[in-house]
Amino acid sequence: MENQTIISAQGVNFWYGDYHALRDISLDMEAHTVTAFIGPSGCGKSTFLRLLNRMNDLVDGARLEGRILIEGEDIYARGVMVDELRKRVGMVFQKPNPFPKTIFENIAYGLRVNGVRDKAFIESRVEESLKGAALWGEVKDKLKKPAFELSGGQQQRLCIARALAVQPSILLMDEPASALDPISTSKIEELIYELKTEYTIVIVTHNMQQAARVSDRTAFFYLGELIEYDETKKIFLNPEKAQTQNYITGRFG
Amino acid sequence: MVSGGVTSVTILLIVFFLFREGIGLFGSPAVEQGYVVAVNQENTVRDLSPVQLKDVFDSKIANWSQLGGADEPIVVFRLNDIEQYVSYEELGDELQFIPQCLSKIIAEHPGMIAFFPDTYLSPDFAGKLIDRRNITPGEFFLGDEWFPTATPAPLFGIVPLVTGTLWVSLAAILFALPLGMAVAIYMAELSNDKVRKILKPVIELLAGIPSVVYGFFGLVVIVPLIQRVFGLPVGETALAGSVILAIMALPTIITVAEDSIRNVPRSVREASLALGATQWQTIRRVVLPYSVSGIMAAVVLGIGRAIGETMAVLMVTGNSAIIPHGLLEPVRTIPATIAAELGEAPNGGVHYEALFLLGCILFVITLLISITAEMMAAGKPKQQI
Ligand SMILES: Nc1ncnc2c1ncn2[C@@H]1O[C@H](COP(=O)(O)OP(=O)(O)O)[C@@H](O)[C@H]1O
Ligand SMILES: [Mg+2]
Repeated sequence: MENQTIISAQGVNFWYGDYHALRDISLDMEAHTVTAFIGPSGCGKSTFLRLLNRMNDLVDGARLEGRILIEGEDIYARGVMVDELRKRVGMVFQKPNPFPKTIFENIAYGLRVNGVRDKAFIESRVEESLKGAALWGEVKDKLKKPAFELSGGQQQRLCIARALAVQPSILLMDEPASALDPISTSKIEELIYELKTEYTIVIVTHNMQQAARVSDRTAFFYLGELIEYDETKKIFLNPEKAQTQNYITGRFG
Repeated sequence: MVSGGVTSVTILLIVFFLFREGIGLFGSPAVEQGYVVAVNQENTVRDLSPVQLKDVFDSKIANWSQLGGADEPIVVFRLNDIEQYVSYEELGDELQFIPQCLSKIIAEHPGMIAFFPDTYLSPDFAGKLIDRRNITPGEFFLGDEWFPTATPAPLFGIVPLVTGTLWVSLAAILFALPLGMAVAIYMAELSNDKVRKILKPVIELLAGIPSVVYGFFGLVVIVPLIQRVFGLPVGETALAGSVILAIMALPTIITVAEDSIRNVPRSVREASLALGATQWQTIRRVVLPYSVSGIMAAVVLGIGRAIGETMAVLMVTGNSAIIPHGLLEPVRTIPATIAAELGEAPNGGVHYEALFLLGCILFVITLLISITAEMMAAGKPKQQI
């Protein structure tokens, strides 16, 4: 597969009111890769991630400069349909946040809001998505049960399945395993590895080993700046910047 | 749990005392206290219900055959009709011969029915007394006429009052709920801070206005408007009452519903938006179902306000105790009846007891509505919403 840029940030600056949260960030991400964002907490990883599906639009008084292109299209240009964008750029949140509905309805939700009515189609897509999130075996007999009856790890995979059901090309994950136990975490990591063949994945993590295990490229953020962005191997074995070196060896953060 | 228990006990106590005061009604005679109703010796009719008595004395029933007696026209006799039958001499200087005269008059008129104080009942009375009977629960709960000052027997049928209350309250909630929900959704989800800063105090102000003022407002604005728009002889109708009640219930509904909408976790909202749902889809499919129990609470509180409201309704609904067939007729609600009549009802009398029992009925209605709403909120399968 060709190295094809799917996400491209160009000179991005971002403010929450007066607070300058992101400073002049430029980076390109390739299709069908996993990119990890690392950095101490508060450095702007989530902020940057949420710019990619315009989730920060909901924040009052936020302001953006620079351009973000997804599949070549400026997503902040006038006339862009935000809900259409979010269908292409799915998101999994830090804490599992299933809807207070059945397992089935959680997955079907994205289809229903897209106006899909065909029952058979919805059923097959639900199954497909649950399989894609490695959850089908565990829940296939209790699709009509409330999602809240699942364990935390299962709920998070349900959220992944829910995101997969609308068939995005990009999947954003904001510390998806931070609230989970080690076994659930490793399941999610395995899943990320498998999903990479079909999706472009951007994952925020503060777990260094996790970044090293799952990602192809890693971006190190510090105080709103992008310090270093390179092949994961290079970042962990031979970083260019001293700050990166210090962070991954645990000398701060 | 504890506070819930205390509340329940308090409520039960209140109901118990209301009920104890009211239940005496069914032990009270149907005919006005201290009076008797008598007919001619030959008359076979002995048992008359309060409604029949009223119809007889209103000349709506004119022949005994309609009451299962002989084919004989009914002659109604009240005590002040006595001069038409006997002379003053016969009554005596100090009217001491009234009992004898009464006895004689009744004996002479086969179709007569007489209503007079039992002190004038002579020991050798020539007529027959209509059987004394008590007010029955059937007459109270199913009676379609509320006429506490009717003679010889007051009518305490609560059906017109209950239907009046339900009509007015349900229509009020039908007006208030969609509007209240719309404002709540707007305030919680769509409006910016500036608009909210203006709206919030206005709504709080609405909640603080005394109900008499709403009543005046209704009288001056709503009633004439309804009269003109629908071309009615009078504008004091159930509709006027429900419009006023709707306005009065709005602040409660808005505040409670807005709070519950705001309490929907941000994460769930974001989950929906992140799947490409529009803001409106998110509100409709996630936010509202999530806050359904709060919205139910808003409905119950709103209905509670509407059903129990007295003053404003009293002022604009026309207060006629007939079973309404539509919103454009005058009605009378239970609270308005209690408020208007309690002052006139002699303490401990039949009327007084009837009003207490009405209070119980009002309580039971509100209780039923709350329970229904609770069950609807709970019964709604959480996963299917
Ligand atoms: N909604 C917001 N309003 C104001 N400031 C915010 C908001 N969200 C995040 N911030 C601030 O922006 C900075 C970056 O936050 P974030 O992107 O969440 O960091 P990270 O995910 O790397 O821990 C932090 O200092 C945080 O306090
Ligand atoms: Mg974060």
